[in-house]
Amino acid sequence: MGNTFNWRKIPWAKVLSVAFLVLFPLLVDSDYYRHLFIIALMWVVIGSSWNLLSGYTGQVSFGHAIFFGVGAYTAGLFTTKLSMSAWWGMLLGGPVSLLVGIVIGWICFRLRGPYFALATIAIGEIFRQVAENWISFTEGMQGILIIQTFRSKIPYYYLALGLAIACVGTIALVLRSKWGFYFIAIREDQDAAEALGISSYRYKSLSLMISSFFTGLAGAFYMNYMAFIDPQVVFSLHYISIMAILVGIIGGVGTIWGPAVGAFIMVLLQETFRSSFYGLVPRWVSEAHVLVFGLLVIFVIRYMANGMVGDWPKIQQLWSRPKAVSSPSVSGN
Amino acid sequence: MHFFETRRLTKAFGGLIAVNDVNFQVEEGEIYGLIGPNGSGKTTLFNLVTGFHPITSGAVRFQGKELNGLPTWKICKEGIGRTFQIVKPLRRMTVLENVMAAAFCRTSKTSIARDKALEVLHFCELDQKTDFAASGLTIGDRKRMEIARALATGPKLLLLDETMAGLTPQEQYEGVELIKKIRKSGITIIIVEHIMHVIMNLCDRILCINYGQEIVKGSPNEVANNQAVIEAYLGKE
Amino acid sequence: MQELIQALVAGVLMGGIYALIGIGMTLIMGVMKIINLAHGELMMVAMYITYVLAQYFGLDPYFSLLIAMPSLFIIGVLIQKYLLNPLLKVDSILPENQVLMTVGVGMVLTEVMRFIFQADFKSVKTSYSSTAFYLGTISFNLPMVVAFGIAVALTICLFYFLLKTDVGKSIRATAQNKEAALLMGINAEKITVMTYGLGASLAAASGTLLLPIYYLFPSIGGPFTLKAFVITMLGGMGSTVGAIVGGVVLGVAESLGATYIKMGLKDSVAMFIFLLVLIFLPGGLKRLTKV
Repeated sequence: MGNTFNWRKIPWAKVLSVAFLVLFPLLVDSDYYRHLFIIALMWVVIGSSWNLLSGYTGQVSFGHAIFFGVGAYTAGLFTTKLSMSAWWGMLLGGPVSLLVGIVIGWICFRLRGPYFALATIAIGEIFRQVAENWISFTEGMQGILIIQTFRSKIPYYYLALGLAIACVGTIALVLRSKWGFYFIAIREDQDAAEALGISSYRYKSLSLMISSFFTGLAGAFYMNYMAFIDPQVVFSLHYISIMAILVGIIGGVGTIWGPAVGAFIMVLLQETFRSSFYGLVPRWVSEAHVLVFGLLVIFVIRYMANGMVGDWPKIQQLWSRPKAVSSPSVSGN
Repeated sequence: MHFFETRRLTKAFGGLIAVNDVNFQVEEGEIYGLIGPNGSGKTTLFNLVTGFHPITSGAVRFQGKELNGLPTWKICKEGIGRTFQIVKPLRRMTVLENVMAAAFCRTSKTSIARDKALEVLHFCELDQKTDFAASGLTIGDRKRMEIARALATGPKLLLLDETMAGLTPQEQYEGVELIKKIRKSGITIIIVEHIMHVIMNLCDRILCINYGQEIVKGSPNEVANNQAVIEAYLGKE
Repeated sequence: MQELIQALVAGVLMGGIYALIGIGMTLIMGVMKIINLAHGELMMVAMYITYVLAQYFGLDPYFSLLIAMPSLFIIGVLIQKYLLNPLLKVDSILPENQVLMTVGVGMVLTEVMRFIFQADFKSVKTSYSSTAFYLGTISFNLPMVVAFGIAVALTICLFYFLLKTDVGKSIRATAQNKEAALLMGINAEKITVMTYGLGASLAAASGTLLLPIYYLFPSIGGPFTLKAFVITMLGGMGSTVGAIVGGVVLGVAESLGATYIKMGLKDSVAMFIFLLVLIFLPGGLKRLTKV
């Protein structure tokens, strides 16, 4: 909906990318790249979830670390407190995070626009501080350490891929249904939506529930995969909440494939900087990676408001400069 | 029992009383006009009926049911559709999607909503524009789309808020025809309008308000010749 | 009892500085209708300016107000003019793109400072940093009292500016009703630029005043951005007088929290107040729900 993509051209590109992702761990025998792709797929889930709430429903969340962290801690605490497998915790990570989402929606959806955004930051910080200070329950800053189930990366890879496909697929289906129409209507004009019989509170909550569910699953997956979490990582404003926004806006808010594209761009970019361009440039460059993110935010918001996917026609235009590309806007006739 | 009525409807914004003790009744199948100078409280009255503003005192009854305190979306489900004076298109959706979003009010199935939307768009003579982005429409088409959207929610009562303002004479004529067609399909209408020939042409009865208070109620002729109405519009000599 | 009075005194003194942060945020929020998520970061930049002046030029922190405030005014003007105002012309799905932009600006400011000064804690020690005087048994930390005094003086100047000067009146008019202000011939772009500059220099003032009693590191801005928002919210949004009240309330609440609950949770106090107001006082937040 509202997507200016040329659909006749695209499907094979999508099919090929999914096929490539399915075959990737068999083609590339490198745990390093498998790891990068696992992390990127996890970000596909988080970015797409953020995008459903923020890009499609218009409720810009600065607090998705809440759901990621809650999912991760659910999985982790299940193992350490109940000595059950963290995989059970993984199943619960989604639902628990969804419940947290309902409560947060109840608190925050009374606010509109930027005030909603700020409320989510504040609640995210509360979660982080509680996780840091409630030592008897969360082990505080020490974090939670579990034992990984598999030594090979391949099972984790396919789990992440399955999660990503399930997430993007669910969102695509939801958007084609009544809910999707309602989400976008609320984003475009909440008053008009109410006048059309849409309970904005109910549908914002539904959007948040789907979003928090998948983000929670991603968090629980992270716990299982990394085997270590601490509050500063999983409840981080910068590394989770803001990163989710970056993934969304760089790929393209309000597009189904945008966050998936954004996730790979962001993860690979982050790694490129973190590793000082794989050792090609001096070490100090690696310290600039957050700075680069910041500059990227400024650049994208200023010049590419709809992200890589949303502004794809504009980007193509840059390549084929001589060709006069007709503007996609609709004239009055 | 009346189809729709307000009883002693009052709204105060702080110290300012925007709607003061307004009583009127609308019967099924009627076109009821609401007129008054700018700022006389017409839009506020619509906002009270549709739950956008909480009512200070008094009551709104529709088909024997009290609407006080219901949220806007529930009032829509009860069967009251409305348009906005300043149109509110869902800008990044197409015309069809705009109307479909409204049609989901009565169904959860996408295919049924689509059929309903296409039917309404045909009724409103917007079939040629279904795939246009709502942001790209002319003002006349936007107003028409607002009506189509309100109709797609399946209302029994339709509140039209200045749907003719800013239109060309030709578009006004077409608008009047559309409203007549809507009434013929069995929908009761309350209309707020400044353009006098439109309102005199369409309405069975008219209520004129000023400063949120009733000046006079009656047939178009009675209202047009009423001294208080003329004074409200033109000022006292 | 003495402990209580001591906590209250410390809270009120801190509240004076918080009020300055809050007023800056309130002005920006009122005129641009956006939340400035780079507010604490602007303050942090001013703190580093003061730090450099004190460390390498031996300048007294209070004297460097005269340099830090104009510097931040200029930085603020540039941000508004070249980064925030152009966004008004961009059609974006997210209506909050100006807010997102301030996030980007905040990140860049933080990271540039981290790049230059590294992440370690810095502080400016003056001869009077730990001087205190006593009224009865209650101690008054000298730098805090001075900071409070300067904060009050700056606030009075600001009110004079807003109430008596043409630019100040234009800012107030724009905050009250933007469309009407435009119709009255107010140059909105100039006003937004002025306001952001002013907000930034007020943040600079609070940062500079804080430095002798606080420590400094690049990511100190984030928590202060949140505090600034809590203050404006407590004060009832868009009211400069409210921001003063909000600042003092937050200062006192934090001081009491640190004294009676747990030092480590001091920064959470602001967040909890925020949440409590949100849940239990939604009526008091009416302005919030209609943007």
